[in-house]
Amino acid sequence: MADDYKQSGPIYMQIVDRIIRQIARQDLKEGQKLPSVREMAIDSGVNPNTIQRTYSELERMNIVETRRGQGTFVTEKKEVLEEVKKKLQLELVDRFVESMKELGISEEEMMAELKQHLNKGKEAET
Amino acid sequence: MIIFERVTKKYGKDTALDEVDFTFQQGKIYGLVGANGSGKSTTLKMIAGLVQPTSGTVTVNGKKANRKIAEDVSYLTELDMFYEGFTVADMISYSASQFEDLSLETAEELLRFMELDKAKKIKELSKGNRGRLKLVISLSRKVPVLLLDEPFSGLDPMVRESIVKGLLHYIDFEKQTVIIATHEIAEIEPILDDVVVINKGGMIAHFHVDQLKEEQGLSVVEYMKKNIKHS
Repeated sequence: MADDYKQSGPIYMQIVDRIIRQIARQDLKEGQKLPSVREMAIDSGVNPNTIQRTYSELERMNIVETRRGQGTFVTEKKEVLEEVKKKLQLELVDRFVESMKELGISEEEMMAELKQHLNKGKEAET
Repeated sequence: MIIFERVTKKYGKDTALDEVDFTFQQGKIYGLVGANGSGKSTTLKMIAGLVQPTSGTVTVNGKKANRKIAEDVSYLTELDMFYEGFTVADMISYSASQFEDLSLETAEELLRFMELDKAKKIKELSKGNRGRLKLVISLSRKVPVLLLDEPFSGLDPMVRESIVKGLLHYIDFEKQTVIIATHEIAEIEPILDDVVVINKGGMIAHFHVDQLKEEQGLSVVEYMKKNIKHS
């Protein structure tokens, strides 16, 4: 159970990341209600106080809204959700570029490699 | 709230705890970690009122921790404490006769949750199911303080997982103080708020699990490896 979490990074942030991904993938839709703190804690195998921190952090990021007496909901603000998705993409690109640089690969080579990889995918489809 | 003030415990010439100050707050789950012989069990037994300090005081929600504190404290011992001839159902009703706050309804729910057969005799239970039954009895009490001494030791991963899930389901997070003494820290790190590290009878650290990761980038296990030298 503990294996579900990485050793590095606080667990509440790992769950923040997981929920953001679910939102970006539309597994969690705009306006959808999140599970209660307790339910989420049991599902995730973590302390409810941790989930409370997760929800507060998401709220601070304007990704969710807590309505008194009703629970926590994914925001309905389209621009926020777009931004979240955009940010996630940027992070992935950053990571890719960083890793390639560490291998000493130039920007041109990177582009060429990426193009070739994407083309290969297309050929396989046709 | 549980408060230790300058508590020392000596067993003959050996010092189990040496002038320690601890505070355990309501609404939190604590991991109490340390090597064998570091004073973990002594600490829990003192809160349960089973061991008296040589000097200093231990109070639980303002009351001195003596034998009467059992009304406020549920203590799961690391030892086997069952009568072999009892059935699971006998054990539950016997426990209910000892503890006024034991809810039979919760016990029933927990038995189902842990998939324990009420008709089975204790001596027919596997080690894992004995571990589960101990937890059922501990968690069935509506009690301010829950102490668990090595709830996972010698149990397989499936049983450990059911114990962790059982804790998450049935702990009253707002009202209870839970202290888990364990070596299997990686197993329960995700459910802990705070960790208290003791070594050779003294507290060497007390931190919030998330804070440790944010500030030092360490998990509890990594912290222990770095800071505790086995003698």
